Amino acid sequence: MELSGYASFSPSRLDATFAALADPTRRAILARLASGEASVSELTAPFAMSQPAISKHLRVLESAGLIIREREAQRRPSRLDAKPLAEACQWLAEYRQFWESSFQQLDALLDELKTKRKKDKKRKHKKH
Amino acid sequence: MIYSASFKMSTPSDREIQVTRVFDAPRDLVFEAFTKPELVKRWLLGPPGWSMPLCEIDLKVGGAYRYLWHNDSDGREMGLNGVFREIVSPKLLVATENPTWYSSESLDTTSFVEEGDVTRMTITVLYQSTEVRDAALRSGMDRGMAMSYDRLEELMSSIHAA
Repeated sequence: MELSGYASFSPSRLDATFAALADPTRRAILARLASGEASVSELTAPFAMSQPAISKHLRVLESAGLIIREREAQRRPSRLDAKPLAEACQWLAEYRQFWESSFQQLDALLDELKTKRKKDKKRKHKKH
Repeated sequence: MIYSASFKMSTPSDREIQVTRVFDAPRDLVFEAFTKPELVKRWLLGPPGWSMPLCEIDLKVGGAYRYLWHNDSDGREMGLNGVFREIVSPKLLVATENPTWYSSESLDTTSFVEEGDVTRMTITVLYQSTEVRDAALRSGMDRGMAMSYDRLEELMSSIHAA
């Protein structure tokens, strides 16, 4: 059975993405990397945090697949991988679309049920 | 569709996602539309192209519900099962939710509140899989739906702007 819609996304990857994004420092790092690659010391500069603390955040972002870190270069620059973020956004957008579409159909159904109820009431009154 | 603007999706906590909407109908009718299979299968359909060939609801505490959606154009299918934990007709439904495509279970709380002649429905989904819980215990970090939709949108727009 092929799954569809938000079903097609990998749940563990989505979990990792959302967990990595839960921290404000990590979101700030991603926003910084959006303007181009940066080394750990460049990323540490704007924060009141030690370089090891920033490195720890980078490891979380890296294991969530949100950033890519160069292995060879001395400064090991990090850069953004936008795909998992786009997937997370897409998942939420599809979740939203599912509900919005369903609720519009529910509006129509409720109108029908209200009309039916009114008619039933009238019928009852006539009987009495 | 005057009430479509009342739709709101948010994340009240790190483990929850919440959907709310106002309907122009008395509360008992909205509750019926959420709990009678012959009614549910007429609206819980998502975007055009989907139908609900299976919709079973055993409306009692400990009773199960089973939903199956089918895409009429390409044959794709997805299912959702769960068990009712609490039922206060026509105000509240609490049920577990196990999607067929996801190994983790969540707890859904659906409330129906009268606001004059209209009804506000709110679904709160609390994620609590063992997997998620264990990972949180090991790492001391909250996992799951851990950030708000607004924050994600904000981040995406800053990334697109850069």
